[in-house]
Amino acid sequence: MIPEIGHFALILAFCLALLLAVLPAWGAWRGNSVAMALAPTLAIGLLVFVGISFACLSSAFLQDDFSVALVASHSNSLLPPIYKFCAVWGNHEGSLMLWALILSLWTAAVALFSPQLPLLVLSRVLSVMGAIAVGFLSFSLLTSNPFTRLLPGIPADGSDLNPLLQDPGLIIHPPLLYMGYVGFSVAFAFAIAALLGGRLDASWARWSRPWTNIAWAFLSLGIMLGSWWAYYELGWGGWWFWDPVENASFMPWLAGTALIHSLAATEKRGLFKSWTVLLAIFAFSLSLLGTFLVRSGVLTSVHAFATDPARGMFILVFLAVVVGGSLTLYALRAPAVSSRVGFAWVSRESLLLCNNVVFLVAALTVLFGTLFPLIVDALGMGKVSVGPPYFNAVFVPLMALLVPVMGLGPVSRWKGDTVRRWRAQMVMPVLVAVVCGVTLPLLHAPYNVWVALAVLLSAWLLLGLVQDVLQRVRGASSTAHGLRRLTAGYCGMVVAHLGFAFCIIGIVATSQYSVEHDLKMHPGDAREMAGYEFRFIEVSEVRGPNFIADQAHFEVTRNGEFVASMHPQKRRYLASGSVMTEAAIDAGFFRDLYVAMGEPVGEGGAWAMRLHYKPLVRWMWLGAILMAVGAFTAALDKRYRRTRESVHSANKAVLHGA
Amino acid sequence: MHPVRKQRLYLVLFVIVFASVAVGLVVYALRGNINLFYPPSEVVAGKAPVGQPIRLGGMVVEGSVERATDSLEIRFELTDFKSSVPVVYTGILPDLFDEGQGAVASGVLNSQGVLEATEILAKHDENYMPPEVADALEKSGFDHKGNTK
Repeated sequence: MIPEIGHFALILAFCLALLLAVLPAWGAWRGNSVAMALAPTLAIGLLVFVGISFACLSSAFLQDDFSVALVASHSNSLLPPIYKFCAVWGNHEGSLMLWALILSLWTAAVALFSPQLPLLVLSRVLSVMGAIAVGFLSFSLLTSNPFTRLLPGIPADGSDLNPLLQDPGLIIHPPLLYMGYVGFSVAFAFAIAALLGGRLDASWARWSRPWTNIAWAFLSLGIMLGSWWAYYELGWGGWWFWDPVENASFMPWLAGTALIHSLAATEKRGLFKSWTVLLAIFAFSLSLLGTFLVRSGVLTSVHAFATDPARGMFILVFLAVVVGGSLTLYALRAPAVSSRVGFAWVSRESLLLCNNVVFLVAALTVLFGTLFPLIVDALGMGKVSVGPPYFNAVFVPLMALLVPVMGLGPVSRWKGDTVRRWRAQMVMPVLVAVVCGVTLPLLHAPYNVWVALAVLLSAWLLLGLVQDVLQRVRGASSTAHGLRRLTAGYCGMVVAHLGFAFCIIGIVATSQYSVEHDLKMHPGDAREMAGYEFRFIEVSEVRGPNFIADQAHFEVTRNGEFVASMHPQKRRYLASGSVMTEAAIDAGFFRDLYVAMGEPVGEGGAWAMRLHYKPLVRWMWLGAILMAVGAFTAALDKRYRRTRESVHSANKAVLHGA
Repeated sequence: MHPVRKQRLYLVLFVIVFASVAVGLVVYALRGNINLFYPPSEVVAGKAPVGQPIRLGGMVVEGSVERATDSLEIRFELTDFKSSVPVVYTGILPDLFDEGQGAVASGVLNSQGVLEATEILAKHDENYMPPEVADALEKSGFDHKGNTK
């Protein structure tokens, strides 16, 4: 009964989305304020019904209702309850439900938290989001109904969730990632609304900015968690593989990074308006493309679920409609919104422009590398794969080009600045950065030039920020007073840029300094690596709730002193019989030690073992967290929350104008 | 020219120059870093280049997996049920690697016709087959158990 209620709620949600897509847009077109005023109510109704539907699906999972096909193929009665809940989105149909749920969450959030938005704009924005919801809900209903029953012939037990996905990382990684992916639909909806209305001004950028920042923050966290999950769960100590699906989440992030910076120029100076709109369209299109790549299985990837060509086709058509439609609208309306503001070459605007070009080119090169195998295959020139060396060769130099500009950004002024002022501001940072770059890598022998370069660039970034904060605080009566005067938007920028500096050091240091050994070890063997001694004590059998495992016991010492006791496992899951490596990690701020079990080899209880020493690997995730924190902080800035009175007058003015 | 328009011209020039640099980088990076996929029968027929990175995919032949006693070296054969190619790899295999299952090995073909693999990918759940392997089997006309279709 409950699954049928869920299915019914999903159909009702689809109808509401259809109404939301049509009615307010019609109202905005004809100036009918009654139709426009329906938008927030419809948006909340959409959330309620998608929510009911999602709750029904979850309850089917939690109650082991194996008459539902999805539950039977992705859950098992032995699964711990929390993973039963996660199994809801550990599969194609359920993850689409999550998409729809998060989309309706964002839609309702826009409806609820936009008191400052004129009704005309709000109704257009919600309409666009309703149209996107129509696309996804019809996809769910027509091609991937999660509530299909297995009648008759209900299986006695389910065939289990893929063991790789039975992990705390899966509880939060997809929802956060989707919050980011789908969050760009808000920026997209604002852009389309602006094009429809033909009005694109500073207030538009001010409405759009906090939403974009929040979406970007969630996406950063989602990507970071994915990388962390791959690191400890896949058992080979890698944290980024340039896998097509990783790229699928990374491309919207790159486009989104360009977008939040170009929005800054649009809000502060009214510049790059049509460009900003284009970036918003681009970021959301890349999110959709990512969904297509993940769901259609056209590319070899660790994320591909068993696939169905009809689904791929549906998303491809949807993608074509969204991209084609929005670009056509852009072509028709962009001339009406373009700006006529000039700026000097030596100014913050130019630096932001550099940022935009670098991030866009980076997004395009990643896009090209990801789609290249498809292009070659379509041309009948064989099956190729583009490996990490391509992406590293293209991506790393681009980022290295970016950082010098990025360090200068905060100290530069809008509109016009002078080279002499830049020089005066940056003399100290340059000197200190060079000293740091030369000396800090000496701490870790042998001397590594790439690490020296990374330290130099990060120090330049960091010191540029310090210089600017000092500059701003100096004018105030006291330091505390000066610090309090800094806006949330500014603090967010500082924290996010600081996070980027952490990322650079973490990524370069861990890539350059990591030590990795695959070796055969007998119980009692010891191996020295990077100053640590790993002693393999024994292997014993342990039992988990739904698996049995061989568990190795390692004692790690350094100069005779005890460091850690580590217990990697090789698990065999009872329901599916699949084998999984569970790595043991001794985490630290400056280094991680990582042990994973391979397989038993030869006689005498010998095992293939993988030992890693990974310095500063945590810094890159810490950096990503800082970036997200920065973006959240910036979204809290006071200027995004104007009073209601000024809104009402604006409302009247807009309606009058329309 | 109107100053704003002039500035826009410079901007476009800048973007073009920058994009060309990027395209140059892309072409340079692509040259050394793409590897073509070959099914076993094409490798045996001598169509795959020797000494260049390639990828080979097929089913792991039952009973072909041999481990060295003193190191992590492992030998096995990949087949599309028409021909098979020996593969040698040193290191830890993915969890889902098994005899009779699909796998993709990337590495360099030596002059004896043995693929010296640097990376082995196995399918990651029972419902999923690497698309290249599925395609290779499609071409050879066998299903994944080796029965003719």
